[in-house]
Amino acid sequence: MTAARQVARHRNRGETLDLAADVLVIGGGPAAAWAAVEAAAAGARIVLVDKGYLGTSGATAPSNTGTWFVPPGDQRRAAIDRRLALTHGLADPCWAHRTLDTAWEKLHALAAWGYPFPNDETGKPYLANLRGPDYMHFMRRRVRRAGVKILDHHPAVELLGDGDSVAGAAGVDRQRNRPWRIRAGAVVLATGGCAFGERMLGATGLTGDGYLIAAEAGAVMSGMELSAQYAFAPKPSALNKGLPFRWASFTREDGTAIDTAGKDRHVEVAMALQDGLVFAQYDKAVAPELRSWLRQGQPNCFLPLDRSGVDPFTERWPVTLRCEGTVRGVGGIRLTGEDCSTGVPGLYAAGDAASRELLTGAITGGGGPNSSWAIASGTWAGRAAASFAAQIAGRVDDRPVTPLGGAGLQPEAGDKETLSAAEIVETVRAEMLPLERNFFRRADALQNSLGRLDLAWSDLRRQAPVNGLAAAKMREAAAMIATSRWAYASALARSESRGMHRRLDAPSSDPSFACAFEAAGLDRVGVTRRELGQGAPAQ
Amino acid sequence: MIEIVSAGRCIACDICVKACPANVFDPMPDAPPVIARQEDCQTCFLCEIYCPTDALYVAPGAEGATAVSEAEIEAAGLFGSYARALGWRRGKPGGADKDPTFRLRAASR
Repeated sequence: MTAARQVARHRNRGETLDLAADVLVIGGGPAAAWAAVEAAAAGARIVLVDKGYLGTSGATAPSNTGTWFVPPGDQRRAAIDRRLALTHGLADPCWAHRTLDTAWEKLHALAAWGYPFPNDETGKPYLANLRGPDYMHFMRRRVRRAGVKILDHHPAVELLGDGDSVAGAAGVDRQRNRPWRIRAGAVVLATGGCAFGERMLGATGLTGDGYLIAAEAGAVMSGMELSAQYAFAPKPSALNKGLPFRWASFTREDGTAIDTAGKDRHVEVAMALQDGLVFAQYDKAVAPELRSWLRQGQPNCFLPLDRSGVDPFTERWPVTLRCEGTVRGVGGIRLTGEDCSTGVPGLYAAGDAASRELLTGAITGGGGPNSSWAIASGTWAGRAAASFAAQIAGRVDDRPVTPLGGAGLQPEAGDKETLSAAEIVETVRAEMLPLERNFFRRADALQNSLGRLDLAWSDLRRQAPVNGLAAAKMREAAAMIATSRWAYASALARSESRGMHRRLDAPSSDPSFACAFEAAGLDRVGVTRRELGQGAPAQ
Repeated sequence: MIEIVSAGRCIACDICVKACPANVFDPMPDAPPVIARQEDCQTCFLCEIYCPTDALYVAPGAEGATAVSEAEIEAAGLFGSYARALGWRRGKPGGADKDPTFRLRAASR
């Protein structure tokens, strides 16, 4: 029996694709895949909709990522202690334990299902690394085999509610220009983070859509000030990478070296980039076998250089810093329970759509921690959503639902604006990508940016309603502005420096700020502090 | 950004139309797909490896279009070069079991 066949009642009401499911998963990266697999294991009818293609969407598919993978016992306790010491006081060891526990179990399941992990020197499968394209290709097959109905190129535009709970979503099939509406017992948002329109891997789809639609349903964000993560990329490519740059040295245009020894190389290069071009060279990789592992293990990093005819080991090439926003930053939808609930009945968040503060504190979870988080939080959210849906089974298909979307869909009264989504995205890029605004922050600049972003939001609120493909684009732009405003309002509230949040006007860390900041609201953004351990997800 | 759909190599299977996460291609009746929304391309190179005939070429610059000709990419042997480096063949995965990245992680400690 395939649940896909049971997924029901494909009712064509006029032009609209109208479906019903127990659990609707929105997203196409690893968290979405794991949520769908887990919910299907509970016997639920599952539909997964993604704006792109499950297998290539998101930040994982084009990358090669470590996993945070540590055996239980003393070794795991030690790993958590080491990590906690780096998180600037904002992480919670319980969440690290839970994440490692579930990732350990699921990575072994992945091996048992036949994912081709490489063998290490001792001949044992090495489970602490996943090659993005292969991993997500494999997960797509796994999701299909679980009986999940996959709808690619179906961006969600808004959630549906029944007055108390989230009851589905609506959007557009962008390849057929046809609206869709899916009633569901519960919804998992695994829509990824927001890259603020940066040219980085996965960024086209990572526009913060889940944050916007969750906020419209009443969810709040947490840790949004932790959205200043940047990664190196050969200029002008989109290949934001961490690992190979461990073997890079950096020089200014005049050839003088940028001293990164014992310092944060991102900060040193960010400072130099404000004065002019910076060049990199993988000259610290000297041993031939190291060079061959780099080429073989990270082939996409070498594409831009090979295709430009540059030898990356012996010649220098221009490098830049790409903003990774909340993708490899930290902030996202605040989780209110260990089951990835959001405080809104029927709505769950996983992966980069959720705040990862509890796991990674004020530093990036990029690489291993985020990858394990996607597996673990996807699993928890899928399980909890299936169980929530089971309680209302039988009422899913016929309860009255209303759309919850605002900006770009339901205009405020008064004169109407006609904006282009591309112009709005340019506003976001201008405020959120420059190093001198986001990487290095100051109160006055944050305030100025917020003023312009608020204005862009109020223009958007008067936007004449759009539909179809234009609605999907407009809602992406709305999500990016909303995310930017939460990020900078939270950055203003945290008037200290901590981890990736660097305030030039408050360069030290202030113990009184060992707390979280929640951002809520759309037309009016409010930021409130939450003491840690208080109102934290219950055990 | 995506620059070339080689008419000589393409079999019009439209896999790239489906697999591109940014929806840059439009299918055409009995003809190779066209690059309809190049500005949406995120330069991730994934279309190249999903293509069963190595008919696609993504130029490395992500900030704008690059003038390249099919003849020069063919002469440089760049069609399918990313798929070959990974070990993917005919649009299907391969080579993950030989990924030496774990050695890099050990070496970087």
